[in-house]
Amino acid sequence: MSIKKVTQHPSQNENLIFERSQPGRVGYMLPKLDVEEMNIDDLLPADLRRTDDLDGVPEVSEVDVIRHFTRISTWNYSIDLGMYPLGSCTMKYNSRLNEKVARIGGFAGLHPLAPETDTQGALELIYRLQEDLAEITGLPGVSLQPAAGAQGEMTGVMLIRAYLDARDGEASKDRRVMLIPDSAHGTNPASAALAGFTVKTIRSTAEGLTDLDHLKQLCDEGGVAGLMLTNPNTVGIFERNIKVICETIHAAGGLVYMDGANMNALVGVARPGDMGVDVIHLNLHKTFSTPHGGGGPGCGPCCCTAELAPFLPTPRIEKSGDKYVLNYNYPESIGRVKAFYGNFGMMVRALSYIYTHGAEGLREATEAAVLNARYVSKKLAGVYDEPFEADCMHEAIFSHKNQAKLGVVTLDIAKRLIDYGFHPMTVYFPLVVEGAMLIEPTESVGRSDLDAFIEAMIDIDREARETPELVTNAPHTTRIGRIDEAAAARKPVLRWKKEIDSMTHSA
Amino acid sequence: MRYIPNAPEQRGEMLSVVGLENAAELFRSIPADVQLNRALKITEPLAEPEVIAEMERMAAKNTGTTVPSFLGGGVYSHFSPTVVDHLIQRSEFFTSYTPYQPEIAQGTLQYIFEFQTLVCQLTGMEVANASMYDGSTAMAEAYLMAQRVTRRDKIVVAKSVHQEYRDVATTYAQHGDTAIVEIDFDPATGRVADTSALDDQTAALVVQSPNFFGCVEDLKPLADAAHAVGALFIVVVTEAISFGLLKTPGECGADIVVGEGQSWGVPMGFGGPHVGLFATQEKFVRQMPGRLCGIGYDKNGNRGFVLTLSTREQHIRREKATSNICTNQGLIALAATIYMETMGKAGLQEVARQNAQKAAYARKQIAAIDGYELPFSAPVFNEFVVRGPRPANEMLEKVRSGAGINGGIALSKYYADRPNDFLVCVTETNTKKQIDALVAALRAA
Repeated sequence: MSIKKVTQHPSQNENLIFERSQPGRVGYMLPKLDVEEMNIDDLLPADLRRTDDLDGVPEVSEVDVIRHFTRISTWNYSIDLGMYPLGSCTMKYNSRLNEKVARIGGFAGLHPLAPETDTQGALELIYRLQEDLAEITGLPGVSLQPAAGAQGEMTGVMLIRAYLDARDGEASKDRRVMLIPDSAHGTNPASAALAGFTVKTIRSTAEGLTDLDHLKQLCDEGGVAGLMLTNPNTVGIFERNIKVICETIHAAGGLVYMDGANMNALVGVARPGDMGVDVIHLNLHKTFSTPHGGGGPGCGPCCCTAELAPFLPTPRIEKSGDKYVLNYNYPESIGRVKAFYGNFGMMVRALSYIYTHGAEGLREATEAAVLNARYVSKKLAGVYDEPFEADCMHEAIFSHKNQAKLGVVTLDIAKRLIDYGFHPMTVYFPLVVEGAMLIEPTESVGRSDLDAFIEAMIDIDREARETPELVTNAPHTTRIGRIDEAAAARKPVLRWKKEIDSMTHSA
Repeated sequence: MRYIPNAPEQRGEMLSVVGLENAAELFRSIPADVQLNRALKITEPLAEPEVIAEMERMAAKNTGTTVPSFLGGGVYSHFSPTVVDHLIQRSEFFTSYTPYQPEIAQGTLQYIFEFQTLVCQLTGMEVANASMYDGSTAMAEAYLMAQRVTRRDKIVVAKSVHQEYRDVATTYAQHGDTAIVEIDFDPATGRVADTSALDDQTAALVVQSPNFFGCVEDLKPLADAAHAVGALFIVVVTEAISFGLLKTPGECGADIVVGEGQSWGVPMGFGGPHVGLFATQEKFVRQMPGRLCGIGYDKNGNRGFVLTLSTREQHIRREKATSNICTNQGLIALAATIYMETMGKAGLQEVARQNAQKAAYARKQIAAIDGYELPFSAPVFNEFVVRGPRPANEMLEKVRSGAGINGGIALSKYYADRPNDFLVCVTETNTKKQIDALVAALRAA
């Protein structure tokens, strides 16, 4: 077995916390109650109180908590450990400075319903971030309320719906078709459905671009409310016909929503507003480096044209004289999408990212991200099948075509990469490429790490030919092998109960 | 740029490897007429101390953090043990993503499994998901799920459910066939009383407990009323600390429990990020939104954890998915998990007890002030409504400027017909001294 760069996976046995629990242990201490205690029966009748003594809730010491989470943390791969090239996820460095400023007491301890005079700094921060995102996207209307990308998408298509309803009145009900490319993220059609649209799928060309003829044909069929387009698209190619695409949709009476998942390829270089896009969502946890946190929290601001701005969620954060204010007075608004004002803590981090980079740093990051992907694309061409010829932007796409002939598929290649010390790329997405491997290095990887990754990919290809079982049985270095997901879904066990067995399965 | 590992010289070499002269050529595929061709009009790069100074300047304007506060209304001030914020800052947790590759994400998967279990234990439900964005969006998703389960369109929701939650749910539901009927609360008790709006078209009855006024609802008869017409019973909980003391919604007959987990160790943070809770009965699991983590085994019989039942989700079902949610609130769910485990069985009960006792003390003191009364008679947990002698906005402003205390939330923000009412929240973080100062300030206001 030739493994050059193996990540060590310490594999302390660490059970579920419930299996560590011992009666009578505590991990907390609160100040003593400083008011005179009343009889609880006088406050809350017994039939409103629980009587189970919180059965099953663990009893552990603070030391147990620290050891428990420290141990299980070592079973995770993370950006800080190495390259995490999940395509479409933009796993870039999460700066410690951003963490620090988000924890300043004046931000972290602020109640959202405190009087406006007591929250001027938070409102100012939101306002400033709105201004910067408007400049970056070229779209002046901004709401930071959406909690994540999918909610930003939902907000975006609801804006389109509200705009069309206002423009067309009753006739708007005949305009309920949302066009979505076959390569789109699954959240796009799911969000369109929430806004009451039916989805028609646009084909991609052999070049990996939106099929203009098919787009025109679908527009001619009528009823088109809009288009949801990712650009660069999900195979990492810039839609060079973007202006024509937008004009076609506009001529058909629809609006263009752009999925901003791939904005890391564009910041400082090109702006959706200049392309004819009407509304976009951004992922602050991708492009603006707020931490992915094991799956959230995100923040999915929605940026739109002045025409769509009256429909944005309320409250809007605005400047009035030298004060910052919450403005609820937008009668045409689609309404609230989240309680309060959005994931504010993520906004602090994103603004810190923007301040640190400045205009020149943002462009530099975009260049470095695209260069890294292009480098991987160039170096692996010929070894792995490239489904498209076009220059890639911030992510490179390959398929398993060459290796599948040998019985080694994308999943195997991904699992084998783990043995080499890398997080796998995004696999089997987008669906338009069979056995897709979508690699997004981001700007946060240096050449030596990229070379190590490229070398690992080349070695895996060689292994696929010489010792395929080494690849198909990977990973070999983790504390647990491939999990039988089908069995897990057949009889799902979604919570601990006392009768669940311990670390190993005794058949 | 200090976050970019490649030096300019390396970048030059890499450019020549890919056959380009300069960085601008990387963008050849973007037509010239859509390229920006100028610098963005944003700040020059700021050095680390400059960023900190600018952030501290803005943070200092948030004077709401420097005064004693009795604000609740869906976001609560609670003490979070030091270990919570320490542990969530481990690289392995905060710089990883959704556990798509379970072999190198067992840490994340295991805490999600523990989170799901704890949410079940606290709510008295059978299954819980890996989290939603927040309480409000969890409630919106519960509407949609109830409609899928019952194949009915009508939602009956109490006006004592948080206004902002109802607003969000209305936004989510506006393009479906949903009919939302809002029902009144009894003006004497503050509780839901009249459920006559329920009928055989009703998908769900939705109530909050403790409700927005702090009143603890008598859930069992409401569950029975919903079930009598074949509707689901959805219980919303915005104050998760109450689970330590109150009878669980599950025990009272809830079919879906949604809520906000911010109270479990998560900073108020001007309203987010927080963490949405979503729990239900096992028979509805395939209609749930969001991610679920389950136990699985590898070929050697080792136990592990894996995302499961994903055929419900958008990346597979697309427009037919149970929800459009993808990313949830992973790291905040971790904070909540660490909080619940650190507090443990005894701590969760103790903190609930202290909240109830301190609120009771404050309520009794305020009710004794001349001109003040308690408009609602139902039992409360840690929040309660006070009716003052004059418009609450004015009085609270006076308390803020005079005594330097944020004394509560004027109900007129959400209930225009209640000008003199305000909502007071008392938690374990409020000392007796602060409570006494509030009482004195109200007396003077």
